[in-house]
Amino acid sequence: MTALALPGRTGTGLTGTGELARLAFRRDKIGLPAAVYVITVAVAGQAYTLKKLYPTASSRAALAATGGTNPALNFLYSRMFGTSIGSIVTWRYGMWAGIFAALMTIILVIRHTRTDEEGGRAELVGAAAVGRQAALAAALVTTAAAAGALTVLLCLVLPFTGLPAAGSALLALAVGCCGLAFAGIAAVAAQLTSSARTARGIALAALAVAFVLRGVGDAAGASGPSWLSWTSPLGWIQFTQPFAARHWWVLVLPLAVAAAGAALAFALAARRDLDAGLLPDRPGRPAASVLLRGPSGLAWRLQRGALLGWATGYAFTFAACGAAAKGIGQLFGTSSALEHEFTRLGGQAAITNAYLAALMLLAGLVAAAYAISVIGRMRTEETGETAEPVLATATGRVRWALSHIGVAVVGAALLLAVAGVATGLGYGLRAGSAGTEVARLTGAAMAQLPSALALAAVAVALLGLAPRASVAAAWTAMGLVVLINLFGQALQVSHWVLDISPFTHAPKLPGGSVAAAPLLWLCLAALALAAAGLSGLRRRDIGLAFQAGVTNPDS
Amino acid sequence: MSNAIEVRALHKSFGRTVALDGLDLEVRAGEVHAFLGPNGAGKTTTLRILLGLLRADGGSATLLGGDPWRDATALHRRLAYVPGDVTLWPGLTGGEIIDLLGRLRGGPNPKHGDAKRRQALIERFDLDPAKKARAYSKGNRQKVALIAALASDAELLLLDEPTSGLDPLMEAAFRGCVTDERQSGRTILLSSHILSEAEALSDRVTIIRAGRAVETGTLAEMRHLTRDLVDAELAGPASAGLLSLDGLAGVHDLVTDGVRVRCEVDHAALNEVLARLTTVGVRSLTCRPPTLEELFLRHYSSERAVAGAPG
Repeated sequence: MTALALPGRTGTGLTGTGELARLAFRRDKIGLPAAVYVITVAVAGQAYTLKKLYPTASSRAALAATGGTNPALNFLYSRMFGTSIGSIVTWRYGMWAGIFAALMTIILVIRHTRTDEEGGRAELVGAAAVGRQAALAAALVTTAAAAGALTVLLCLVLPFTGLPAAGSALLALAVGCCGLAFAGIAAVAAQLTSSARTARGIALAALAVAFVLRGVGDAAGASGPSWLSWTSPLGWIQFTQPFAARHWWVLVLPLAVAAAGAALAFALAARRDLDAGLLPDRPGRPAASVLLRGPSGLAWRLQRGALLGWATGYAFTFAACGAAAKGIGQLFGTSSALEHEFTRLGGQAAITNAYLAALMLLAGLVAAAYAISVIGRMRTEETGETAEPVLATATGRVRWALSHIGVAVVGAALLLAVAGVATGLGYGLRAGSAGTEVARLTGAAMAQLPSALALAAVAVALLGLAPRASVAAAWTAMGLVVLINLFGQALQVSHWVLDISPFTHAPKLPGGSVAAAPLLWLCLAALALAAAGLSGLRRRDIGLAFQAGVTNPDS
Repeated sequence: MSNAIEVRALHKSFGRTVALDGLDLEVRAGEVHAFLGPNGAGKTTTLRILLGLLRADGGSATLLGGDPWRDATALHRRLAYVPGDVTLWPGLTGGEIIDLLGRLRGGPNPKHGDAKRRQALIERFDLDPAKKARAYSKGNRQKVALIAALASDAELLLLDEPTSGLDPLMEAAFRGCVTDERQSGRTILLSSHILSEAEALSDRVTIIRAGRAVETGTLAEMRHLTRDLVDAELAGPASAGLLSLDGLAGVHDLVTDGVRVRCEVDHAALNEVLARLTTVGVRSLTCRPPTLEELFLRHYSSERAVAGAPG
């Protein structure tokens, strides 16, 4: 590079990328390795357990014949190719490892692009000798490194559980590439809006769409729209068939999505102003409407956009999944062994109900995640110091908290109602009994509400009693519940562990029976946890918890 | 009731960091009280304790006759607060936030909706209320918080470095507002490290350093403790023997340069100094009290020099 040139002519748009990537690694030096480690350990640990559960070829063949063709399970996991232990691991955890890898890359990309920009740090950095594209490039480098580390680690660890090395490598690559594909999608999302929260929402919505497309495609069977799975990055993991046909070329698809996403993001970033999204901010009301009154009005105003997005996503997802339920039982009956298994499971009605019940469980889990994100918003308001002006008015802490808790409760209930109605319409319209199905499935969805609220109440308790760790701990609890309810039974963990999750106690509807006692207990537990959290909130300091000797307590 | 705020021996630590170390603060009803100190002295921590956001580890604090922790909600109806670093909800407009904060203050006398006052303040501070907070500069965010506070009818205003983001024009508007508010009988606690601001606005001053009040009183009282600055141009050489200010008690930091003499003089010694200067003959003379800046700098640095003392 020449020693002297006009300012702005030295270097390229990528000047400073290395420094910024180093900074990103420095900021994520704990979180990033932890995420990689947790995903690896989860997959490897479960591979090891599955090997012990299905030691013989015949036991695996039986599993493939029953579970591997069960549409409800295929919806939740993926399709099964082959009957080796590796095939079972891929079926059960391949796609979910991809989801966790995608969550990791989405969070990383947004955190190092739009979040920095919104927080004003990008301005400080951009004023230094740093290229216009450097922040995005550094975020992508960091994320690619994380996905790469995950791939390498899986590649090294999986063979130790007894899986063939070549298949392990392909599975690891498929998971890593899935993460990269969603890094590309997140990079585009970060360019679209000026709010990091919305950008993350867009990328997560893309992940949800990918899950639904693959789920419907996988559950549909040969007679249905099974090609849908090919439209989803989450579906590509299974199609690599790491322990069967080993289609290495499938990896081209996620890599192409990643490259296209990155290229589009760079093109968009080159054309827009700092802090701007693609849509310019329009002026708003010069005065507050009557709705913006009191803490509840504020909480609603802050959260209504997100809730609307979630509800829309729920409506489409569950309508599609409900429509896919029609004809699910007809997939069976090609062999006498299957027919036998089929009747043992309860025939077509029972299979359909099992599928619908799995959908309702999913609706409940995601509604709980929504509620936790709403509760987490309180901590964001607190550390972002927007809680301070509210609490400096005649608004007590409990009232402030209740306003957000109210949004969480009403929002979760609304989402579940939408899930029930949409599934009922999707299934009922095709089955010709929309009225009864809507009623039946709305009830089934609402039966998940106490469990979702119990989990949200854990988040409230954490907020009040352990504020600094509250957000991370609440999401950890959420992750544990997902693991327990989606994989616990298959891993034959003890009842004691299964019972930890509130969703274990929710009625399995439709098809199951309803007992009032567990629902009542769940509600009581939720109330007790929330009360504990609120009393903790009343007692503790508000604001950033100052770390001893690190943070300046003044200003 | 004579004191709006009474703080005695207040202690607050964050882990091993001591933020407040026995702070005393007394703000009389109806006065503008400046709360001065360098960054990190504990000003914001004090305000947050007074707002009931933080709980004191020791000592007592009384705000408008109530306990700021226990009676927080009731007390907050009677006060308005402007944080030092104003953060707003990015998706809401300035106008919405002003209205919202007024409504949240609410309480028994809901005259906060005084639209005329709100409009006058928006014009006075030249704010565009239809803009989203995301698009506001630091100064504009500060204006939003200031307008929300000033538009209220709270009897006590807690302002934490309220002008740190304002331009000189807006700073003048702010000073005008504070003067108006004092005349209408409001109590104002103004935390600041901008000393000219405190000098122009406040009735009394408390200087805080490392979590302790090191000085409190009116500016006149403080100057009483201090020296005047004398700067004279003489008819003859300043080194003339008959001047001999050198050894005189009460004369400090003497600088002579040809016919110029500069020194700091205790009030008690002023008469003698002037008498000796006139014996040589005076061509020009200025004698003025120190600015708060000088006073503060000296106080702060001398305190630092004897840092061995507790606190």
